[in-house]
Amino acid sequence: MASLFPKRLLSRRSKATQTERVRERRHEGFLRYANFRWAKISGGLCLLIIVSYALIDVTPRPNGGSWYGYTLGTIGALLILWLTALGYRKRKMTSDYWSLKAWTSAHVYLGLSLIVIGTWHTGFQLGWNVHTLAWVLMMLVILSGLYGVIAYATLPAALSNNRDEMTQMQMLEAIRAFDRQLHAAAQPLTPEDTAPVLAALDEDPFAGGIAARLSGRYPRCATSAALVALATSRSSNADARDKVVGLLKQKEAALARLRQHLKIRALLEVWLYVHVPLTFALIAALSAHIISVFFYW
Amino acid sequence: MSEPVKVAIIGSGPAGLSAASRAGQLGLSHVLLEKTDHLSDTIFKYQKGKRVLATPERLDLRSDCRFAEGAREYILGNWDEDAANNKVNVVKHAEVAAVTGEKGAFEIKTASGDVYHAENIVLAIGTQGNPNRMRCGGADLPHIIYQVDDPEDFKDKHITVVGSGDAGIENALGVAEEALENTVTILNRSKDFARAKAKNVSDMMEAGENGFMSIRTETQPKLVEPGWLTLETPTGDEKIQCDVIVARLGSVAPRGFVESMGIEFTGPDREAFPKLSPTFESTVPGIFVIGALAGYPLIKHCMNQGYDVVEFINGNTGLTPADEKDLAAIFANLPQQKSVSEWLEYLRERVRIFADVSPLQMREFMLDSKVAYYRKGDVVFEKGEPGSSLFAIADGHAEVEVAPDVTVPIEQGSIFGEVGLISGRKRGATIRAGEDSIFVEVSRTAALKLMAAVPGAKRVINRISLERQLLQIFKGGLTVEDLGPVVDTAEVERIPAGKVVVTEGEQGDDVYVIRSGSMVVEKDIGGKSIFLRYLPAGSFFGEMGVLSGAPRNATVKAAVGSEVIKLTGESFRKMLAARPKVREATEAAVAERAQMNSFIESRKASYSSAVDLYSDTAGFIMKEGLGEATDALLIDENLCVGCDNCEKACADSHEGLSRLDREAGKTFAHLHVPTSCRHCEHPHCMADCPPNVIHRGPDGEVFMEPGCIGCGNCMRNCPYGVIRMEAAPPQKPSLLRWLLTGFGPGPGEPSPKWTKKQLGEEKPKKIAVKCDMCKGIAGGPACVRACPTGAAIRVSPEEFLSIARLQEDAG
Repeated sequence: MASLFPKRLLSRRSKATQTERVRERRHEGFLRYANFRWAKISGGLCLLIIVSYALIDVTPRPNGGSWYGYTLGTIGALLILWLTALGYRKRKMTSDYWSLKAWTSAHVYLGLSLIVIGTWHTGFQLGWNVHTLAWVLMMLVILSGLYGVIAYATLPAALSNNRDEMTQMQMLEAIRAFDRQLHAAAQPLTPEDTAPVLAALDEDPFAGGIAARLSGRYPRCATSAALVALATSRSSNADARDKVVGLLKQKEAALARLRQHLKIRALLEVWLYVHVPLTFALIAALSAHIISVFFYW
Repeated sequence: MSEPVKVAIIGSGPAGLSAASRAGQLGLSHVLLEKTDHLSDTIFKYQKGKRVLATPERLDLRSDCRFAEGAREYILGNWDEDAANNKVNVVKHAEVAAVTGEKGAFEIKTASGDVYHAENIVLAIGTQGNPNRMRCGGADLPHIIYQVDDPEDFKDKHITVVGSGDAGIENALGVAEEALENTVTILNRSKDFARAKAKNVSDMMEAGENGFMSIRTETQPKLVEPGWLTLETPTGDEKIQCDVIVARLGSVAPRGFVESMGIEFTGPDREAFPKLSPTFESTVPGIFVIGALAGYPLIKHCMNQGYDVVEFINGNTGLTPADEKDLAAIFANLPQQKSVSEWLEYLRERVRIFADVSPLQMREFMLDSKVAYYRKGDVVFEKGEPGSSLFAIADGHAEVEVAPDVTVPIEQGSIFGEVGLISGRKRGATIRAGEDSIFVEVSRTAALKLMAAVPGAKRVINRISLERQLLQIFKGGLTVEDLGPVVDTAEVERIPAGKVVVTEGEQGDDVYVIRSGSMVVEKDIGGKSIFLRYLPAGSFFGEMGVLSGAPRNATVKAAVGSEVIKLTGESFRKMLAARPKVREATEAAVAERAQMNSFIESRKASYSSAVDLYSDTAGFIMKEGLGEATDALLIDENLCVGCDNCEKACADSHEGLSRLDREAGKTFAHLHVPTSCRHCEHPHCMADCPPNVIHRGPDGEVFMEPGCIGCGNCMRNCPYGVIRMEAAPPQKPSLLRWLLTGFGPGPGEPSPKWTKKQLGEEKPKKIAVKCDMCKGIAGGPACVRACPTGAAIRVSPEEFLSIARLQEDAG
């Protein structure tokens, strides 16, 4: 394993005052970090467990309560606690040398290795009890995490393409600007034409609930409705109506961009609302599992 | 007609008031003339509750008036009391219109026709000048203001801005901020906005299109009434609602008035100051100039000078300035014992660049300088160290290590370290003391001020730096004598960003050395211009033409506004002929470059998309101004998940304010340049910092030390918009508490709402906030450390755009 941690890195870590800035030439994502260091470590660990499980003859049968089972269980439980610590590491800006990218990389690959550690720990004895509950919760946490990895690997480029150098604030401002122009342009319209425009002005771009946010579909969009209403209306002055229709189309495009932005951001974040609470449920179930095992020793 | 006085003081700011107080204390007959109805108009106009800082801290206050850091009201209140206690004879509403006469018998006429007679005059009028007033009916109503201190003072008001120069547009944009809910109108007398900067005009037009303000051209005010304003428009008169009028009609700078008295300035440019003697006497005997007008913008300086100048006028020639003890401290550690004035004279006599410096200037430069004694062999600085100060040899000599075990001496009176001063790059060679020596280290700001104020010093520095730069570039035993003809015919040219210096295919044999800024080399391959190389300051180009006589084989253009030194081909050829070794070395450099060019050309055929992407990326990076960066943050948007942990980490690593805006900024091929400091080679922010607190640190970072007075000059000077004016938010509850109870704002910059709630009525002073590259934090830049996916990296353009990168991309 020595070759996985170059000496240079170890010595840099120990150096308390780093005077020379680390400047990089290229971007290296968390999955590729240090030439897949953590993938290798985690893969090696899984391989070791699978091979040793096959070779070691635990009597009467492989079981979580054997010495081998305890070993895997201890590793797994400690790993779960360490993986949970990422949430703290991410937010605690201490001044010493660490890289959140390295933590994420280790989190992903070591987290995946829990599939083997946890499952092999059970000795494939599953049932309807608190022990299996902990295993199920762990697998769900890993699955949600897997979704997160896929989202992180595939969605950022789409987010970047969609926003096209605009910030979220600018997108909102653009919509408000169209609203102000619509407000002025809609003055000459007849009351029946004004009503849908006013409804479009009152629309909250954030409204629509979780389903709309995640799907990016807003079937009750007042701006689209206003466009339809004005396209078929014949009651106001044609020039004034055309101007309003043009503005509504621009607003619709701006809304579409913002909604796409919110959708991608939601897809990038939604899994955390599963991953994190399930982690706490897992830790609770894990505690119950450990206490009950020792209680019925 | 009044009794003649010993001294008339014009202007009642910190300088004038302090002078008048001293005169009052000494019992000198005096008069203090103030054009408004209150003392110290500049500070009076500060927004309510604004904190006034008392920098520089190390300088002692010497005045009969009190001054310490505090709120505007507190300071003004103190001064009103002090003026009364010191029996100052102040005349308000006395705007001086003309000064005639000579020392002993000056005649001062005010705008209202009063005349004062004085033996001496102290000019302490500051630099703010007189704003041009509105001239229509109702122009004297109180709701007409001539400056906006804080746009947030205006909420839900109808505001009309008159005047469409930069000041007017900036004020209008400020009060038109959406959250303030003001109805803003800006008036322009003509059709277009020719006087304002393009950026301001486009921002204003955008605000107009978005309905934040209404822009009225060919319109001017006709009648001002409370609550209403009548406009004269091309289609007739129109009456609009108007609660506040902001009149920004320009101002008359005080320089014209000062020159009308016969006072000479150091030069024609805007930064020039009146020529002054050590006792602040101008070129007109009997007229003394102190304070901001004399080039001292800080309040404490002004007050000390007010005290000193009256003492001088009163005949106290033995008075040593308040900075005497600071100067004495600077010289304290030297082996010889001399008085401060003897030391100053010693340096002036022995150092070439100080020869033309006046004693008063000398004092000021020395305050920003260090003088140190070095034993033979002591290292002054090492090659590769960052540093931008200039060293002068007062005694002894220095040894430059040009190669291992090869040194070149620099004689007494000369200078070294000038490359860092001009190009902002790291030190090019190690320097040691050649014998026991005394060296003066002048800070970059002081050296630049010296060059601006003393033409003789500028000439010497430029000549020496050019010789040295050439010696460093063209190795092989070249001497200063060889360079004589080359330097004599050399010309310094300013090249604006994007301008082509050398065009591919043209004949030409001039050689160029980049003095400051940077250049990009491009070559036309298959009809598309391909980026070949980035040339930082200190490199040269055009040498292939001299050696081969062939037409230029690539185009070189400025990446940012740059300065190049043009050497004529003829003198360069002569130099090469005299020194065959130099020719060899230059030929070797040429061969290496030619090899790289052909590498890219060969790659272009087989990996054209990689070369194109490399070239386009380089073009984008240069367009974003990274050509002048030394260390910039880049974000790969293929990896960025938008968690903003970089911003949060930035805020939490500092005093709760983020110095970067991840989302803002341009993007090309998913490479994003966020709004964050690039630590420019020539930091624009450093250009005009009154308390001089912006410096370049040991890791190349441009940082601010404490002492910012919140003037906002750096923010306005930064072309990349990376400096914020903000007050540090109060301490947040701990992270654990937030994690466990959800109480408080959590990681990152707290919301303005939370901050406001915590502070209540208190309004802390906003100071400039910028990236310091996490100076002093062992782990390095927090933005990069805290990125969970590896999207954020910090780069320098030379490394990022190296040929190695292309090789890796092309496989």
